[in-house]
Amino acid sequence: MISISEMTKRFGRTTALDGMSLEVEKGAVFGLIGPNGAGKTTVMSILATLQLPDGGRATISGRDVTSDIEEVRGLVGYMPDFFGVYDGLKVYEYLDFFASAYHLPEKGRDRLIGGLLELVNLGDKEDFYVDLLSRGMKQRLALARCLVHDPEVLILDEPASGLDPRARAEMKEIIRHLGKMGKTVLISSHILPELGEICDQVAIMENGRVVVSGPVEEVTAAGGGSRVIVVEVAGRAGELALMLEERPHTGLVEADGRQVKFFYRGSREDQGALLKEIIDGGHIVIQYHEVRRNLEEAFMAVTGEVNGK
Amino acid sequence: MKGNPVLLKEMRQRFRTFKTPLIISMYLLITGGLCLSYIYMRWRNMPGYYQPGMSRELFITFSMIQLALIAFVVPGLTSGSISAEREKQTLNVLLVTRLKPLGIVLGKMISSCSFMVIILLATLPLYNIIILYGGFSPGQLAGVFIFYLVTLIAFGSVGMACSAFFKKTGASVVVSYIIVLTIMAGTILLGAFIYEVTRVPGPGSSPTPLISQILQDLNPPMVMLRILGETGMARSLGLPYWGVYTIFYLLLSVLLVWWSARQLRPGGGKGMTWRQ
Ligand SMILES: Nc1ncnc2c1ncn2[C@@H]1O[C@H](COP(=O)(O)OP(=O)(O)OP(=O)(O)O)[C@@H](O)[C@H]1O
Ligand SMILES: [Mg+2]
Repeated sequence: MISISEMTKRFGRTTALDGMSLEVEKGAVFGLIGPNGAGKTTVMSILATLQLPDGGRATISGRDVTSDIEEVRGLVGYMPDFFGVYDGLKVYEYLDFFASAYHLPEKGRDRLIGGLLELVNLGDKEDFYVDLLSRGMKQRLALARCLVHDPEVLILDEPASGLDPRARAEMKEIIRHLGKMGKTVLISSHILPELGEICDQVAIMENGRVVVSGPVEEVTAAGGGSRVIVVEVAGRAGELALMLEERPHTGLVEADGRQVKFFYRGSREDQGALLKEIIDGGHIVIQYHEVRRNLEEAFMAVTGEVNGK
Repeated sequence: MKGNPVLLKEMRQRFRTFKTPLIISMYLLITGGLCLSYIYMRWRNMPGYYQPGMSRELFITFSMIQLALIAFVVPGLTSGSISAEREKQTLNVLLVTRLKPLGIVLGKMISSCSFMVIILLATLPLYNIIILYGGFSPGQLAGVFIFYLVTLIAFGSVGMACSAFFKKTGASVVVSYIIVLTIMAGTILLGAFIYEVTRVPGPGSSPTPLISQILQDLNPPMVMLRILGETGMARSLGLPYWGVYTIFYLLLSVLLVWWSARQLRPGGGKGMTWRQ
């Protein structure tokens, strides 16, 4: 459905996209993760036909995003990371304006807008002025806006940023619902556990490229064989954490109370030897075991590796 | 209006509040009051006399004031129209719809200028009162209004182009006013300067250089004075002065509007960075 190949984009001396390639299947809810400045917003705005890439190609449903702009705009609903709303316009009029901006017939708009507001839980806000809505409501209104022309593909750039936990959960529910409706959704987010819950597939981006992509479980397991190990000791773990940071093959050591969590990339034998070292160092070890990584840890491991750790 | 969603929306936003009709009424009250009291004063001093000079003075003064108003207000109305959307981060979502950039620009332009057009049309009855006192033909009045419209469109598109080009409204507003000031005063100053420089020294008149003639024909106050029957520098152009003025400014407007629309296409112009 969405196909990006070898895409590059430069802004002066910064390279925002550096030969990025990605495939998103029809009907997938696809998560795009990556540290700040990885190029997520850039690639999304190119897909939304707001800017042109310097090189490479992207198609949506077979239409090129640089040459078939008209068709692509009809296929895509885009929600930018930052957006404003108009003053002096009511919720209904706001959506009505966008309906006409997509050349939708006037007949049936009432029902369309009513349905959309129902979908994003704003059914009772039709007559509110949009600039007076709360942040979370504006965000949901923006989502309704990009659904106005019933696009096949939704490109949502951090749709849950700035929302409180309850509003985030609501947003998550709506997006999941859209996935069930058969829409192809490309979504970027910083809140990784949530992304893991709603997405079928994810890709991790770093420095303008996709580092890994695939089903959530696969990506979670990826990361060049580094494992997450938890050690629990009697007494404070701070000293142990300092010692672990010095050892070879360890990374991202975190101490929390009596527990230390760290990434380990050495062989399994070395992992055993490390335990012996800890014990020889005078620590009383209560637990020493591997844990299953979550998306966040996979993200840390993958992006950490790229950065050379 | 139905065909252009942007126009409809902007009209809705603009004329929804009480502000617009209030400003228009205030303007009419003030100008109407001034005109009528002027007429009354003249009449009181010399009751019963016909004074062709009086209505002439009044007509010219009033027309000049309205021209100045166009120069002050119109760039202000349009020079923020696109850059403000960029600053408020509403432009992106507008651009990804199926609206054509040209439609967006025209919709914004018409809705911004409509305010001024309404003000001008509202002063028509006032002009009619002045005309009642003689000295001017309805043809001249029509000429003045067509002239207003051309000037308004030109200044409006200058503001529009600036707002499409500059990322920040501040820059757009400043540059728009500089350009309009150049048109209002710069043209005639430059024309006079060239005339003086190229003039043969000594007594007697020398021919006006072509460039000075053209610049004179492009200067709105001069052109309006001519419409109202004053004479300017001698001219030897094939086209009448109003032809030069109308063709030049309409062409300029078309060009500026087209160029503004180009700025809104993906990859068009530096203002179009989505980061706003
Ligand atoms: N208009 C622009 N002008 C200059 N540099 C830009 C522009 N847009 C993006 N960049 C640069 O491109 C790189 C990628 O930015 P982008 O916004 O795509 O990252 P991101 O992954 O969305 O980051 P975040 O998670 O913070 O939203 C950054 O280094 C950024 O500084
Ligand atoms: Mg971003």
